[in-house]
Amino acid sequence: MAVGDLSSSPSSSSPELHVLAVDDSFVDRKVIERLLRISACKVTTVESGTRALQYLGLDGDKGSSAPKVLFLSSRPLCFLDLKVNLIVTDYSMPGLTGYELLKKIKESSALREIPVVIMSSENIQPRIEECMTEGAEDFLLKPVKLADVKRLKELIMKSGLAEEEDNKAKHSCPNRILQNNTASSSSSHDVSSLDDVTPSSKRMKLESRAHD
Amino acid sequence: MNTVVAQLQRQFQDYLVSLYQQGFLDNQFTELRKLQDEGTPDFVAEVVSLFFDDCSKLINTMSRSLERPENVDFKQVDSGVHQLKGSSSSVGARRVKNVCISFKECCDVQNREGCLRCLQQVDYEYKMLKTKLQDLFNLEQRILQAGGMIPQVNIS
Repeated sequence: MAVGDLSSSPSSSSPELHVLAVDDSFVDRKVIERLLRISACKVTTVESGTRALQYLGLDGDKGSSAPKVLFLSSRPLCFLDLKVNLIVTDYSMPGLTGYELLKKIKESSALREIPVVIMSSENIQPRIEECMTEGAEDFLLKPVKLADVKRLKELIMKSGLAEEEDNKAKHSCPNRILQNNTASSSSSHDVSSLDDVTPSSKRMKLESRAHD
Repeated sequence: MNTVVAQLQRQFQDYLVSLYQQGFLDNQFTELRKLQDEGTPDFVAEVVSLFFDDCSKLINTMSRSLERPENVDFKQVDSGVHQLKGSSSSVGARRVKNVCISFKECCDVQNREGCLRCLQQVDYEYKMLKTKLQDLFNLEQRILQAGGMIPQVNIS
């Protein structure tokens, strides 16, 4: 795929939100994925907080996400920002809870700007307050409905679009076009089935080969 | 041909409404149906299939945890009930979800007998729902094969 092709590829007029959905329930992952896709979002699903952190590039003790380098014929093409625009996570999960995941994201200089929404089947006021205090964007009561997702998307688009406009004005970004067309030709994937220790950068290399 | 389709659609509608009226399904099932379209005609069937697999697995695990009266792992049972309640709620499986509520109460007070009864009930309910939904999906298939469309059904 030549770079020339990329610049002539049409980019969508409205940016698609890329949502990372975290839930240990297979059923719930399938439902939330569909809810988001039907609301025109790109979706990545993972089954645990740990996997979510891996995907976001917070591997081990690293406090910031490592840059992801896209390789074509083993020549670095550009730096690809695996931009997640929204994280939606279940609260009660084994291992890292949704609240603990929220904390880790807000503690990270690289990730703290990403809005995080917590989902829970239990309407426990102190829990809700705790999450909102820690910086959650919203708290959704399960089961999640289409109306909830639509409302959420509007909220995020309104605040996110302003940021997009600023970025576009600052620099023309061929890597953004690359991201829109290459990051996922299918607009959702479940990375829960990947082996435990696949670092995000390796995953990107695998993905880029599939798209050549 | 037209009347065959109309008849099947009518049958489908009546059957679906009866499932709500008898408490097998609740509003969340309606929400799931909204997410299905011509591009994803099997979405609901796929989700409920995952749910029934979940039921079977969780019931087995909980059954093992409850097996020996002198050594019941109530934490394990509670975890299973929590998961089952969550997924039944997500698909609109109302009766299954309601049994889970009682089940949790038995767990909280470490009532093994009560738990065993709830386990049996949850097993019965999910299997019953599975049969009912299979009949519903079969009706859907017959409508499509006869060249008709699946009716939108409004549940008041």
